[in-house]
Amino acid sequence: MTEPKGADRKRFIEVRNLHKAFGHIQALRGVDLEIRTAEVLAIVGDNGAGKSTLIKILSGVLKPDKGSLLIDSIAHEYLTPNQAIRMGISTVYQDLALIEGMGIAENLFLGREETWGPFLAKRRMQEISRKLLDRLQVNVPSLHVPVGMLSGGQRQSVAVARAIHQGGRLIILDEPTAALGVRETARVLDLIDLLRKQGYGVVLISHNLHHVFTVADRIAVMRHGRVAGLMNRADIRPDEIVQMITAMPGQEPSSKDDLVMDSI
Amino acid sequence: MGILLVVTVGYLSLKSPYFFSWSNFHSILDHSSLNAIIAVGMTFVISGGGIDLSVGAIAALCGVIMAVLMHGNWGWQIVALLGIAAGFGFGVINGLVITTFRVNPFIVTLGTMSVMRGMALIITGGIPIYNFPQGFLWWGSGHIGPINPPMLVACCIACLGAILLNTTRFGRYTLALGGSEESLRRSGVNPSVYKVLVYGCCGLTAAIGGLIVTARLNTAEPLAATMFELEAIATVVLGGTTMSGGNGTILGTVLASLLLGILRNGLVILGIPSYYQQLLLGTIILVAVILSEWKASGRR
Repeated sequence: MTEPKGADRKRFIEVRNLHKAFGHIQALRGVDLEIRTAEVLAIVGDNGAGKSTLIKILSGVLKPDKGSLLIDSIAHEYLTPNQAIRMGISTVYQDLALIEGMGIAENLFLGREETWGPFLAKRRMQEISRKLLDRLQVNVPSLHVPVGMLSGGQRQSVAVARAIHQGGRLIILDEPTAALGVRETARVLDLIDLLRKQGYGVVLISHNLHHVFTVADRIAVMRHGRVAGLMNRADIRPDEIVQMITAMPGQEPSSKDDLVMDSI
Repeated sequence: MGILLVVTVGYLSLKSPYFFSWSNFHSILDHSSLNAIIAVGMTFVISGGGIDLSVGAIAALCGVIMAVLMHGNWGWQIVALLGIAAGFGFGVINGLVITTFRVNPFIVTLGTMSVMRGMALIITGGIPIYNFPQGFLWWGSGHIGPINPPMLVACCIACLGAILLNTTRFGRYTLALGGSEESLRRSGVNPSVYKVLVYGCCGLTAAIGGLIVTARLNTAEPLAATMFELEAIATVVLGGTTMSGGNGTILGTVLASLLLGILRNGLVILGIPSYYQQLLLGTIILVAVILSEWKASGRR
């Protein structure tokens, strides 16, 4: 796997001092992070570390209590889901949000259909879908096959293709390999690598350190609502990451409000 | 579906010399067209993941409304348009209740079925209304060469329905509603708008059915069109649309309405008492639903 040139990488989002609480539970307590294009940033951490809360703020689903997002040098207190998509932040959630009974082109264009007068321009949508899938090197038997009949990896790829079709420059992937077999996982990791080579930014949420070490350029470790460490992949070993995730001596949660939650 | 149709026709042709004749086919087509019209609207609702039990009541209520207006000396053309618009409106009300209060469509339309039937009874005092202008009656029993207006209307509605379902955004979002409403919402589409429109369309076809029933019998009867909902649902599911939504076929619906028409006709020709028709219809629904769910779970 070749490293992209540093020059390709540009700062896309700067996360500044994000705080978010759910009632008494402090999910984020001052997160600072730089997210770049043409780079895979992996976010790792135990359940409840604040990963999901962070990506939900990035994709506009949640509003932070404090802090800001600097996108293309413009500061935003928060984003709405539509704003996030307009600015090129697309999130692929674990459930993928595909319609299983529909074909690939139907799913890629859902909500953004190309039309010819009042009618759907089906052929044009098929052509664009085919080109997009070719560019992402996604192999599918046919564009007409219902998405529900595709393998897990193919479905993940279709969901990524849709994120790109929406205009995504930063693709946030939430546990993309969680439910996949070995070969399917390799395919998805290849796709992530390809996205980086084509200049997209990728934020990868994963519990699997092996996958993280295969594709990530930088790794951010989250713990108790903070970024406990941020390093280049080349500079760290998996066992050191595990140590950071599972708590460093003397930094155990000391009080009740140190409890954090993850999946709201 | 096609095979079933051919087998049934073949069997009945062998059993009875009367079956395979133009006059008998004409009568089958004439009787099937009414069900086909309502079933096209029902195809949209079911493929959108819903159900509408109120179509029979909407048909009756719209027939009654048209009758009252025509007896109030309104021109029949205006009355027909108003009646159909009213049907669309009743469907929209169904859709609004379902989307606003997030209630199961089965229960909502069960309720509105009773409400609308009640309204039809109140308006008429339970007494049928007779005698309408010739121009209006033509829609039920006129002739255009060898075919009847209801057949023509059914053809037009089926074609329009097929175009709408297969080639427009509206059709695609209807299928998406049945596939995964949440995914549609996350794609930036407001599912409620389309759901309300789908029920509106179903109400509209029910009202057209009401117009044809009223014109055919020259009577607006508050208890007309009972069990139409059951027949329409049976037709849609028999035609191959999945009960849980996500796919739909207008061609299947049209063929199924022909098959049901032929079966009904065959029972009469073979001298089987009409009570059995009810039993047959119910059995067909059960078998068709079980088969379609079976097929759908196999696909998953």
